[in-house]
Parts: sequence; C-alpha cells; structure tokens
Amino acid sequence: MTMSEPTPRHAAISRRRLLAAAGGLALAAPLAACGSNTGRGGGGPGGGTVLRQWYHQYGEPGTQSAVKRYAAAYRQAEVTVEWRPGDYDRQTAAALLTADGPDVFEANGPTLDQIRGGQVADLTAEIAAARDDFNPAVLAPKIYGGRVWGIPQTIDTQLLYYRKSLLAKAGVAPPATLDALVTAARALTGKDVKGLFLGNDGGAGVLGSGGIPLIAAGLDLLTADGRAAFADPAGADALARLRTLWTDKSLLLGAPADWSDPSAFVQGLTAMQWTGLWALPQIAKALGDDFGVLPFPAAGAHGKPAVPVGAYAAAVNARSKHRDAAKRYVKWLWVDRTDFQEDFALSYGFHIPARLSLARKAAKLRTGPAADAVRYATGNGHAAPLLWTPGAQTAVQDAFSRIIKDGADPRAQLASAASRVTAEVRRARGEG
Amino acid sequence: MSAGPAAAPAPAAPVAASGRAAAPRPRFGPHRRHLWFWVFTGPFVLGLAVFVYVPLVWSVTLSFFDARNTVTPSRFVGWANYAAVLGDPAFTSSLLTFSLFTLVVVPATFALSLALALLVSRVRRLRAFFRSVFFLPTACSYVVASLIWKMSVFNGVRFGLANTVLRAFGADPVAWLSDPHPPWYWLVIGTVRLWLQAGFYMILFLAGLQRIPRALYEAAAVDGARPGWQTFRYITFPQLRATSVAVVLLLVINAFQAFDEFYNLLSSARGYPPYARPPLVYLYYTALGQGQDLGVGSAGAVVLALLIAVATVAQARWFGLGRKEA
Repeated sequence: MTMSEPTPRHAAISRRRLLAAAGGLALAAPLAACGSNTGRGGGGPGGGTVLRQWYHQYGEPGTQSAVKRYAAAYRQAEVTVEWRPGDYDRQTAAALLTADGPDVFEANGPTLDQIRGGQVADLTAEIAAARDDFNPAVLAPKIYGGRVWGIPQTIDTQLLYYRKSLLAKAGVAPPATLDALVTAARALTGKDVKGLFLGNDGGAGVLGSGGIPLIAAGLDLLTADGRAAFADPAGADALARLRTLWTDKSLLLGAPADWSDPSAFVQGLTAMQWTGLWALPQIAKALGDDFGVLPFPAAGAHGKPAVPVGAYAAAVNARSKHRDAAKRYVKWLWVDRTDFQEDFALSYGFHIPARLSLARKAAKLRTGPAADAVRYATGNGHAAPLLWTPGAQTAVQDAFSRIIKDGADPRAQLASAASRVTAEVRRARGEG
Repeated sequence: MSAGPAAAPAPAAPVAASGRAAAPRPRFGPHRRHLWFWVFTGPFVLGLAVFVYVPLVWSVTLSFFDARNTVTPSRFVGWANYAAVLGDPAFTSSLLTFSLFTLVVVPATFALSLALALLVSRVRRLRAFFRSVFFLPTACSYVVASLIWKMSVFNGVRFGLANTVLRAFGADPVAWLSDPHPPWYWLVIGTVRLWLQAGFYMILFLAGLQRIPRALYEAAAVDGARPGWQTFRYITFPQLRATSVAVVLLLVINAFQAFDEFYNLLSSARGYPPYARPPLVYLYYTALGQGQDLGVGSAGAVVLALLIAVATVAQARWFGLGRKEA
C-alpha cells in the first residue's frame, strides 16, 4: 500500500466531516474490540494454540502464581490461566452454555447433568496410565457409564476443630458422640464465647449439602439403585440433636465470616468449629498446638464418625475448539507432572494429594492434627455420590434448615426430602 | 491511502458563476435527517434489540422447551414448565415473600421519603446540604450496603454495631440474620432498602413540592386553614398526586425486582435458606444455579413479567396515571 499525495481536497477536510469520521471510528472501535477480544490470540509455543484454563479463587497465598507457573512450563500450547473469584460453580455452569467457555477448568464435579448434557469431555484415556494411583473414594464420583469425566486434583475434607485449653478449662473431653457434642457445646458456652460454630445458618448449609449427620447415624444417602436411603428414625434422631444445639443457644450465629473461614475460631468467638482442612495452617499459626481435630461424631447406637471428602477435578470443555490439545494438557498437568501435583497440594494451604503415592510420602501429613485429618479422611471419609445432584442437596438442606431453625418434625421433613431426592435422581438419570 | 471509501473521488465541485445556488449539497447536512436519526439512535436500537428483545423472545421460547444445561433446546414440552413452576411450593412461597416485602417496604419508603422531602423543603438554611446528604446513599451499591449491614451493623456477635447498642442496655446479642424466630432479618432487609432508596424518592417529592403554586397556600391561609397537618392534608398531599402515583409505581416495580440485598444478606456458599426467597432469588437458583433449568426458569420469568405488567396496569388505572391534574 502506498501513501498517495494529499490533494488539496483532502487537506481541506471540513470540521463536520472530521467529526463524522471520528464518530464513525468511535462506533467501529468497540465493535472491532469485541471481535478480537477472544482471549485466543495467536503466537506462543505449540503452533499458536492458546488454551484458556479456569480456577476458582483459592484463599491461600501463592496458589495463583503456582498455577501460572505450571501453565508456563507447558510447551505444547500456550495456556492462559484465569482466576475466577465469586460464585465459581455458577460461572462455569453458565460459561459451558456458550461457545466462549474455558477449554480446561476445574469443576466441583463435573455434575451428572453436565456429563449427561455432553458438556465435558471423556478423560478415560488420559487418566488410564495412573488410574489405580488415584484415591478411589474421590475418583468414584467422577465416573459415569464406566468413563472418567474429571481428574481429581487434590482432596479436601471438613473437620471439627476444638480448642484444647477451653475444653480443659470446662472439664470437657473431646466429644466422641453426638450426644457428647451437645453436652460439651452447652458446657463451653459462656457470655462471650459460644460452644460450637457450624455456620451462620446453624449447620443447615454445610452439614445438609453432604448429609454428614445422616452418615454419622449409620445411614447411606442413596441406595445402589438411586433411591433416597436416609429417611430413617436414626437420621431423625441425629437431626433432633442438632435442633437441641440450636435451642440450647450453644451455637455461634451471625459471625462476620462463615464456617469456611477459621476467623471465628481463632478469634475466640467459639470453642469448637466445623471447617475445612484448608484452614489448618491458619489455625496452627494463630493457636500453635492449642487445637485438635475430630470427625463428625457418631450419632445413635449404630452410628460411626464421618467426614466428607471431595475433590475439585480438572475437566475439559466438550465444546472447546482445541479439545484434543486441552486433553493433552490435562494429562500432562494432572497425570504426568506429579511434582506439580505435590506442590499444588502441599505448598499452599493444606490439601491431601489425590494420588495415593504422593499422599503416602508427604512429610507434612505425618504428624499432629494433619496426621489425624488424613486418618479420618481415609478411614471415615465419605464422598458424595455422583447422583447426589445439586437439586438433591437443596432438598436436604431445606429440610435441615426447617428442622434446626424452625423446630419442624425431623421424621416428616426427612420423608418429604427423601421423596424429592428420589424424584430428582430419577430425573437426573433420564428416567423421569 | 491509495484506495478506500475515504479516498474515493468525490464528484467534482461544479464551478458556477452564480455561487450559492449551484453549490453541491453537502454530504452530511441537515437534509439527511434519516441518516442522522440512525447515527444517533442506531447504537441504542441495536443495543435494545440485542440485549433486551432477543433475550426476551428467546426466554419465552425456552419456557416451552426442556432446556436443562442448554440454550438451544430441541425437546418441546408445551406448558409443562409453566405447570412445574406454578405447582412448585417454593415459587408460590417466593410470591408470598414478595407480597410481604412489598406491604412493608413500599409504604415505609413512601412515608419516609415524603417526610424527608417536607423537612428539607422547610429548612431555611443549608437546604442543599441536607438534600445532598439524604440523597448520597442512592449512589451506594446494593451489594456494598448489604455487606456492611451484614458484616458490620447487624452481625450476630457481640461487637456488631446493633448488638453493641443492645449490650449497653444489658440485652443479649441477637443473631439478626440467622434466626427466623423472631424474623429479625426483615428489619435488616427493610432498613438497607430504606437507607438506599429514601433519598432518591425524596428528590422526586421535592420536585413535586416545588410545583405547587404558592398562591394555593396563601388562599388557604386567607380561608383560615391552619398551617401543619390541615394544610398538608388538604393542599400539599392532593397536589402531590401525580408524583405519589409515580413513586408508588416505581417502588412496587423495584420491590418485584428485589434480589441484591436478599442474596447478599442471606445466601451462603452452600445455598440459601428456605425462607425469605423473593421471586428473583428463586429464579436465580432454578435457572442460573447449578440447577441450570433454563426452561422452568424462563417460565417463571414470564409469569413474573406478566404479574408485574398486570400489577402496573392495575395500579395505573386505579391511581389514574397520566390523567390530567385537576
């Protein structure tokens, strides 16, 4: 292209014409920007393939720069990492409906609807080389129809943290049963300190979503053929105990930070708190060795202690334009690069590696409350089945809320939740 | 540039001795009214079409399909989604929540903003200051205000602002948002909306007050009307009729659209309690949550839109919106 000599007509461009041209440009610029802002710019290693990878926002410092470092180390494609604060599960659910979703993303699932809806790619071949090395409890909910739809990244669990000094002062032993927990919480409650923190909703959300008190009462959430199995007098009795905690005013309510954050526990607002394994480093830093961890205590005669276990999984968007490249990247990061997997699980915050071989050799997990946590996760860990859909969780959470907060009849509420769960599972399996 | 529309040869300007009469019509003059109309309104019409009308039509279409986890469904289900949403006790309870919320918040905001307007209009000094102070909260986002209300003013522990005040009087701390018995959460939800909205409606009332002719008050005074309640009852309030109707309509529509404060005050990482779910929160969890049931969600949205339309038209008829003021 050559520049032509400016003619007098060009030079004498009128003010009006200039304004019109500028207006046209102003209109065109955002449209052009829309067209190019796809996050898929060319260049980089791997012959121009650019993969977009999403993570939810981890609270532990260093995690974000670590995942960027892993992505930068991949030579077959350029990987851009997006760190997504906020309601991550809903963001991914919405993004998967569009053509502009991530290529690779971590999923608190994938859910059965996402798998059946063809939104996530089959990763059976990618995990095959190391399939037996993944913790079977957390791998099981990633399998549907004999195929693997997500590769577990790290294992998380939730535990009952207790303050040793406060229990000793009140003359209370670490509670081994739900009845003992109710008694201990009552004894530990004072003017400025509450006995137990299960979340600002009294535990309906966190305990209801995984149904842990029902499992601690010796029940299963679902039968093998997908029917609700928790509508049992033992479950109703366990929930009646949670209601007692509420009526005793032993529960901390309305804390500025909810159950997933250890602030209430380390600030001395509560003597015991239900929170995640991820909070352990923060608690150890604040309280030294003045704390211990317990599973959710056994409820009733046939109960057994229980902790929930689960794993975020690396999944591939089935609608990705670079699906095969994305699958290769997931295999490289979450199957081949065990050094990165170990770093991700143990260097920032606290998680149990999803690979059995890595969990066995992790020195950090061999002593103190961390070792207890690993023992509970291994011996008393329960992963929610794949059929335990968000709809089923909501039904149970609502029942928990009505029992705990409103004093509704536990048997009637569990029976009603069970029928809704059975219907929801039938729908999710495509039978309804 | 050697090519392109900008450099395209323009018709040569005819040289005529008569000058003005033979001058070329400028390319962008006032005579090109159609062109200018589209230049100025085009982007907005395009935006309206892309972001309002297309989603609207799409949503109505989705409401007749089995649209779980997809926006391009293929299985037509007729009225099944409407039957599902109207038969869901959670949806009907969300409408009840909305009704309760409206019954409380609309009269409260109306009364407070009118009272503020009357007060501000009567002060002789610092009127602009008070007007600005009461209007300022309107600039605050619902999300920020809700978080301050939740975490600082009405948190349930001993150092929350409200509980500190209670403690000074020897009362026990109250878990404002956690305990539905008694339902203190309504106080939190109501006050945050009052704080955010009252200033805006105060401005509308102030504008209405300024339009009332002084002569009416003088005539009333001559006829023996006492200042204060009697003047307000028989002069000010009737004269504010048009403003009042507009304010009530806006308040009711806003109440229908309540989402931000409910969601930010009551939701947790694991969901939302089964009480105090207004319709938009219900739809959020049905359609946009992990449920991703866009068919049922769209049916709910259509039902809600129809309800808003019917309520607005009924109110407009009832109050005589648009009727010429007497």
